[in-house]
Amino acid sequence: MRDSEIVEKINSALAEEFELDPASMVPEATLFEDLELDSLDLVDMVIVLEQTFGFKIREEEEIRSIRTLGDIHAFVIKKTHQVLQSP
Amino acid sequence: MPVNRVVITGMGAVSPFGKGTVAFFHGLSSGRSGIRFLPETTGIPGLRSHVAGRVRDVDPMEIPRKYRRSMSAGSVFAALAAREALAQAKVSFALQTGKALGVAIGSTVGSVGTLEAFFRQYFSDSCLEQIRSTLFFKIMNHSPAANVSQMLGITGRTLAPAAACSTGCQAVGIAYEMIASGKQRLMLAGGTDEFHPLFIATFDVMNAASTHFNQDPQRTPRPFDRDRDGVVCSEGCGILLLESLESATHRKAPILAEIVGFATHSDPSNIANPDAGAIFSCMAACLEDAGLKPDAVDYINAHATATLEGDIAECEAIHMLFGDSVPVSSLKGHLGHTMAASGALELMACIHMMQQERMTPTLNLDHVDPACGKIRHVRRPETKPLRLILKNNFALGGINSSILLRRFSHEGF
Repeated sequence: MRDSEIVEKINSALAEEFELDPASMVPEATLFEDLELDSLDLVDMVIVLEQTFGFKIREEEEIRSIRTLGDIHAFVIKKTHQVLQSP
Repeated sequence: MPVNRVVITGMGAVSPFGKGTVAFFHGLSSGRSGIRFLPETTGIPGLRSHVAGRVRDVDPMEIPRKYRRSMSAGSVFAALAAREALAQAKVSFALQTGKALGVAIGSTVGSVGTLEAFFRQYFSDSCLEQIRSTLFFKIMNHSPAANVSQMLGITGRTLAPAAACSTGCQAVGIAYEMIASGKQRLMLAGGTDEFHPLFIATFDVMNAASTHFNQDPQRTPRPFDRDRDGVVCSEGCGILLLESLESATHRKAPILAEIVGFATHSDPSNIANPDAGAIFSCMAACLEDAGLKPDAVDYINAHATATLEGDIAECEAIHMLFGDSVPVSSLKGHLGHTMAASGALELMACIHMMQQERMTPTLNLDHVDPACGKIRHVRRPETKPLRLILKNNFALGGINSSILLRRFSHEGF
């Protein structure tokens, strides 16, 4: 899967779950201030991403430093590549 | 003795007649039935009753996602009804979000549909990884009350009395006592329930659900009628805004009616079957709470769900206390049994009757059961000045409740 396809898949899943306006889903959009999500939403976001991509990320330390939509894109792209490369 | 007089300044409804009090009162006044055939339940083995009063035209999307995400249908109904009640009462945002306003809203069993969805998935894979963070907020017993307070920014007391079919009546009664004693200045009070086949099954298994009118749903339930065959379950929500008279007068709020008495008793004789003596005792205590005699009551809005035993017990109790002259009707023929919402919705209908000076008859009462024949039934719309109305609600679990509603005048009696 190409990176652009991963980004599209992430945005589509999050837009549906959190009823986000696609126009607001720019990489620099902050999750709390710009997209108006909160801590409960972030819990559900992890579940949505796990369901969408079929990997487990709940215990990953890196999630805690995510601030923007772009951070999510980068994290999921990296994770997807890791999964594909693992034996 | 109460410190404050307590008045009603707002009402909100979601009912089988649709969203809002206008649709609710119009449905009742025009003698319509909100009961429909439920084809989706015909495939459930063991279920014999396939009629209900469903809410059809409510759009949850009008509630912002931030608040809607933790709501099941019952909370959505409550949020919309509470918003309508506050708007009618012209409550300012500052008053709404100050400590003066509290909430007492209950439901019968939270959200059975949400629990069913959870257990369907859980039993399929014994896995909890898919659970959304908002699941618990939909199923907790105080979910409607909490969701209403969250959405409306309410910071006063938030309570969730639960007593099945007495829930709405108890919630209003508790709110009345809280304002009367000076603990809160205003209270949003009522009940809400969302449909699930479990409700029908609960009555069906006790042979207390209507089963003979599946092909003719508008003819059931039939309170007090010789051909009645049981309860028809419905969903909906009724919310009233109660307020101290001092507050309402100060705000120049529209005063719709006054609550002057409340009683709720436990009947330990049987967890399922109503007892005439216990009902008598509850109604008498309600009159005593108001300092009034039976002859002051102009009309009784009965609980009467069209069960064989319940209707007879209520008739006997009414006859023992009031004799045969006070007009009585039940609204279950129009609405079915809206469960936790019934007390509040039917109380709102009583206020409307009081304002219109017109009693709504019992729908589907074609032939009065001789066992229910000792009281004076309202069988067609009747015009009468209504100064004092007694409202009854009784619940599985042996919880009886009664409220006395008075047409408001500054002088009182």
